[in-house]
Amino acid sequence: MTPAIRTQGLRKVYPPPSGRPGRNGRGPAAAAAQAAPIVALHGLDLEVAEGEFFGLLGPNGAGKTTTIGILTTRIIATAGQAIVAGADVLLEAVAVRQRIGVVPQRPNPDRSLDVFENLLYHAAYFGIGTQAATARALALLERLGIADKARAKVDELSGGQQQRLMIARALIHDPRVIFLDEPTVGLDPQARLAFWEILRELHGQGRTIIMTTHYMEEADQLCDRIAIVDGGRLLALDTPEVLKARAPGGTLIELVLDSDATPALERARAVLGVTGVEARGVVVRAFSDRGGEVIPALITAAEQSGRTLKNINFSAPSLETLFISLTGRKLD
Amino acid sequence: MTSIRVSTVFGALLRRDLRVARRELPYFLLRTIMQPLLFIIVFGSLLPKMGFVRSGYTTALLPGILALSLTLAAVQSVTLPMVQDFGWTKEIEDRLLAPIPTPYIAAEKIVVGVIQGVIAALVVLPASWLIMGSIPGFTLVHFGAVLAVTVLGATTFSALGLLIGSTISPQQIGLMFSVFIAPMIFFGCTYYPWRGLDVVPVAKYGVLIDPLVYVSEGMRGALTPEVPHMPLAVVLLAMSILVVVFWTLAVRAFLKRAVG
Repeated sequence: MTPAIRTQGLRKVYPPPSGRPGRNGRGPAAAAAQAAPIVALHGLDLEVAEGEFFGLLGPNGAGKTTTIGILTTRIIATAGQAIVAGADVLLEAVAVRQRIGVVPQRPNPDRSLDVFENLLYHAAYFGIGTQAATARALALLERLGIADKARAKVDELSGGQQQRLMIARALIHDPRVIFLDEPTVGLDPQARLAFWEILRELHGQGRTIIMTTHYMEEADQLCDRIAIVDGGRLLALDTPEVLKARAPGGTLIELVLDSDATPALERARAVLGVTGVEARGVVVRAFSDRGGEVIPALITAAEQSGRTLKNINFSAPSLETLFISLTGRKLD
Repeated sequence: MTSIRVSTVFGALLRRDLRVARRELPYFLLRTIMQPLLFIIVFGSLLPKMGFVRSGYTTALLPGILALSLTLAAVQSVTLPMVQDFGWTKEIEDRLLAPIPTPYIAAEKIVVGVIQGVIAALVVLPASWLIMGSIPGFTLVHFGAVLAVTVLGATTFSALGLLIGSTISPQQIGLMFSVFIAPMIFFGCTYYPWRGLDVVPVAKYGVLIDPLVYVSEGMRGALTPEVPHMPLAVVLLAMSILVVVFWTLAVRAFLKRAVG
């Protein structure tokens, strides 16, 4: 079966931001730093199967939105190739647009139109006649639970309702591939759970879904496979289960100390059950294969090094711990 | 999957913009009519009655007022929505995802501006006629020329509107009107015929960079042919060149803004 999406060596370099003098520091060093082109993607290779729910997980600036932008024909890659739903995003952009639906990072409904018109005109852009579009729009609004808002102005909708409208809009032309860029940012927990249900339903219908997120739990709960990206590079790609199993040493314990953590490193490493340690600033990160049992010994190790414990964080083996071990930093 | 015809998508984009424009029609009319109305009252009616300008001045004024109204309507109806769309709301994203090559989306915006420019002319011409009363030398005999100048003028300025709207940031709108539009109006031969500048050769040739000059002079040649004016052939040639230049630049600026 041909994949729904295939990218080869996708690379995107943005020109250096035209820095305004006096805003981001002065002097030749600052000027040189500003003048450097920004590499958002370093040759990304991905393959997403038909009907797959695929997650792109990474912190802000990882290249997720650039990737989605290229795949949805809105950004032109500097190099590499991307095929979406059987068409080349650069050479056959119109064909790609016809086959995809996009839910943007921030709802961008057409504010000059009401909710129903938003769907009707979007359908018209895809050549769907008024009668068919009306039926589809009403059905979608019903299914997404905003049928009572059909004649409302867009500004009267809550954030969650606007996001549902964006889903309805992305679906009205019956696309084969749906892109969601951080769709649940800004939603309250209840709206997020409701949103997940909608996504599961769409996936159940056999549609290919590509979603970016920086919520680990979201990716874990929804996705068939997850690509972890950072700094424009693919760091890991597998099912959530395999990725979690790859999380090194199991439980992650972070000790936040009162000053530089380096002196505590050796003593922490010697604690029984600790499989790996590292020091970053005032933080000691230790991976434990005995869960939280090692905590008292770690605290003792820190204090014996002349440091005072300020705080302690504890994470069970998860995508989060894997992510930290891969990138050296947390997600948000 | 059959592919959708460009004309189908283009038509849908156009219907959307006209739907929005129809809803805003009262504001559009108010915006369009206000400035010419004030000028006609002050320069076309009050000043001649006071004896500060000769009564024949209305003949020189009418074509300029018409030119100004239609060009401003065309510029504004494209610039303001584009600045908003690109600057703040990103609303245009859903149209950028429509299955049509992106230059057509830019072209559709220009067409909408042309339609609004033509409507402005249709509103302002009879309105000024009514207020000014009889205008010596006014004729609609050269209707074809009026139509050509109207459409070419609206296209030039609609494309210019798209160029500006795709280039400036929302914070620069006020600046654009005072630094760019205002001088264009005053040097656009709207309130005086171009040949009147014979006495100031520097100004006479300097104003030729102002695209409004050709619309004003074209209207003058078509509507009040006895007032000295630029030859119509020159006007139409200049406007055709301006249409091509602005259209090309505007689509390029739009693409640069729309595609990352």
